[in-house]
Amino acid sequence: MDIKKITKAGTLESNDILIILMPNSNPGLEIQLESIVIEQFGDQIKKTISETAKELGIENAIIKAQDKGALDYTIVARLKTAFLRVR
Amino acid sequence: MSNFRRTMLFMPGDNPGMLQSAPILGADSVILDLEDAVSLTEKDSARILVTEAIKFLDYSGVELVVRINPLDTEFSLLDIDNISRVKPDALMIPKASIDDISEVDRKLTRIEEEQGFYIGTIKLIPIIETAFGLEKVYEIIMTSKRVEAVLLGGEDLTSDFEINRTKTGEEIFYARCRISAACRAAGVDAIDTPFTDINDMEGLIKDTLKAKSLGYKGKAVINPRQIDSIHKVFTPDSREIKYALRVLEARDEALGKGIGVFSMDGKMVDAPVISRAVRIIELAKLFNIIK
Amino acid sequence: MTKLLKNLGEAIEKCNLRDGMTISFHHHLRNGDFVLNMVLFEVAKKGIKDITVAASSIFPIHEPLVNYMKQGIVTKVIANYISGPVAEAISKGYLQKPAVMMTHGGRPRAIENGELHIDIAFIAAPTCDDYGNMNGVYGRAACGSLGYAVSDAQFADYVVAVTDNLVPYPACPIEINQTCVDYVVVEDSIGDPSGIVSGTTKITKDPVGLKIAKIAAQVIEASGLIKQDVSFQTGAGGTALAVAAEIKRIMKEQDIVGSFASGGITGYISEMLKEGIFKNIFDVQCFDLEAIESYRENPKHQGMSSSMYANPDNKGCVVDKLDVVVLGATEIDLDFNVNVTTGSNGMIMGGSGGHSDTAAGAKLAVVVTNLIKARIPVIRDRVTTITTPGKSIDVLVTERGVAVNPKRQDLYEKLKAYGIEIKDISELKEIAEKITGKPKTIDFSDKVVAIVEYRDGTVIDKVKKIN
Repeated sequence: MDIKKITKAGTLESNDILIILMPNSNPGLEIQLESIVIEQFGDQIKKTISETAKELGIENAIIKAQDKGALDYTIVARLKTAFLRVR
Repeated sequence: MSNFRRTMLFMPGDNPGMLQSAPILGADSVILDLEDAVSLTEKDSARILVTEAIKFLDYSGVELVVRINPLDTEFSLLDIDNISRVKPDALMIPKASIDDISEVDRKLTRIEEEQGFYIGTIKLIPIIETAFGLEKVYEIIMTSKRVEAVLLGGEDLTSDFEINRTKTGEEIFYARCRISAACRAAGVDAIDTPFTDINDMEGLIKDTLKAKSLGYKGKAVINPRQIDSIHKVFTPDSREIKYALRVLEARDEALGKGIGVFSMDGKMVDAPVISRAVRIIELAKLFNIIK
Repeated sequence: MTKLLKNLGEAIEKCNLRDGMTISFHHHLRNGDFVLNMVLFEVAKKGIKDITVAASSIFPIHEPLVNYMKQGIVTKVIANYISGPVAEAISKGYLQKPAVMMTHGGRPRAIENGELHIDIAFIAAPTCDDYGNMNGVYGRAACGSLGYAVSDAQFADYVVAVTDNLVPYPACPIEINQTCVDYVVVEDSIGDPSGIVSGTTKITKDPVGLKIAKIAAQVIEASGLIKQDVSFQTGAGGTALAVAAEIKRIMKEQDIVGSFASGGITGYISEMLKEGIFKNIFDVQCFDLEAIESYRENPKHQGMSSSMYANPDNKGCVVDKLDVVVLGATEIDLDFNVNVTTGSNGMIMGGSGGHSDTAAGAKLAVVVTNLIKARIPVIRDRVTTITTPGKSIDVLVTERGVAVNPKRQDLYEKLKAYGIEIKDISELKEIAEKITGKPKTIDFSDKVVAIVEYRDGTVIDKVKKIN
């Protein structure tokens, strides 16, 4: 599904991740990640985001994420919430 | 899932850090809160976060309870639908009424059937915090077999009565008694309202002792530092345990001699005294105070 | 003869500072220190270069040092603790020679036996007279004990006292006396009080930290060491202070009076002296105003030099008499080695300070830490940098369990008998990684940017340049 408007979920508090879901003028999924643990978990976080996006059926979107050490379940939850808010 | 509810710790549902530390803070039960701790605009966010948290984190050491939004809000249906599928131990129902418990029970049965869960797996803990709820507390409990405990919601109840809520709690004395009696009659746990001054440990202990003396099995907690003090109140101390052990020893001796009723320290020891002693030793063993 | 000089520039001339020499500083003014920056400014002005800076610790306020490093004015740094922009710059390779990270005990050892030769020691003196008698208990930049400056004062070729509070002779009470001091320079200000003392360090309010503290106190009690005349040291962090609070409660309940508390001292520990929980305090640095006041007023609040505190080569140091020490950790590995020098991204963010000294000396060394810090598991297969070797560490306490060093079978038995649940450290690591996922190991370059020296002078690890 294409994302037609900007939505967000999450916060910049410790252990959380702020996810902003935006339309993408180019096709495909683009992940822009900032994280306090980018070296140790950057790949893992991007994997979680792209797998969840796939499950939800998000095809063309920019996902901007500002991570403050969120565990995987929080990343999944925040992305699901941002997606829900598109409807 | 633990077997006792000396403390039930409220944790805000939209806070990942707290959801993660909840199971290790020492409370017997944790209540992940979708209601008062979550702002109206974030109800969806909290619901999804709690759902994912329950799927992922290890809550096996505590009783896992989720307080959903009241049944007269737009949120409760989605709360029940989402949360029950991840199988918490119980749902806590604010401002519970007979119809509310009936409705939730039906919904849970349907979902448990769909999901292939054992019917009745998910328990219910109504919160009595309205005058109407207080009046109908026994019926509310008896509406569903899922009800295992009842929480007294002192703040909202006094608000409904349009009276002041105080530390010493005279204004909720009747409510405390009524709920305790109804719970006892129905065979479920009565859980006391939280003590809101988190800096007043002495006041907390006094308040908890009052609840214990009226038959409450535990107390709601709004800050982890209240947990230890409340546990001390609801856990038998060494004096009680020593006395209980002596009672049971004397009983065994009397049984050996074929005597039914006997005396100890000049007082008659009959069946109720003996059952209380048995109960104390059970608790002492449960809490690992004795082997 | 007069020791008073016009300014630092004159002091540098009179002490004959040349290219390649070593200058030293203490860190009692912490993140409020102006002296190191002022001295280096003069050094740079005079065109002197290739200087080794031996500062007992370096803080964010010493940021100007980064430029001097890039320009080759400072080519080597020797310190027990490095934080802020200087740490980052060293990690990124801007220092020409590898830095040397020592410990609070190893530094005086090296100074006293000549391994670390100091040409000029610049000693920030909150109160000083015209002959160089100084103390740290009076003055706008009061900092309490001057323990880290003593070996420098005794062994440096030249000693320059730098003060903003020149008082009539003599400046009693005297902490470092005139017989060591060559010159005295008066500046408008030697430091910023708000950076020197951090207010009163407070006990943590975080429920997880409080839980860790409670368990740590149980472990200490189970060890059997809490008895009459016990000696105790803890760090200044929120969780460490919470442990001190629990120990205080236990000692009060059992009417136990300790022989001494030691280390960097906070108001909380000074309070325990006042209340009679401990008979004495050994103070190597004061962290807040309460501690400074206690040090000034109470004879039982005894200062100690860093040599007396932790030098393993003298005739006996205080850590040898220590029963219990509570320490932190950035990382700990399956062999119980502890890292407090680098973050897990490899960047220098601290250093031993007294960590490896106290761990080595104490009968019981307890590491308290969250199991997970911002998604990073604290337990690793191997630490990024070894600050304190595993043989010195006895117990690890986290909010999800306690692990005992297998070398301490005796302790294991005691804790079990007390009822404390003990897990293998590898089990705790697995629990953490199940929650966080397994962190990617980071690659570093081959270039060595810092050498980590153990308290006895041996090289225990090397820090590599970060990519």
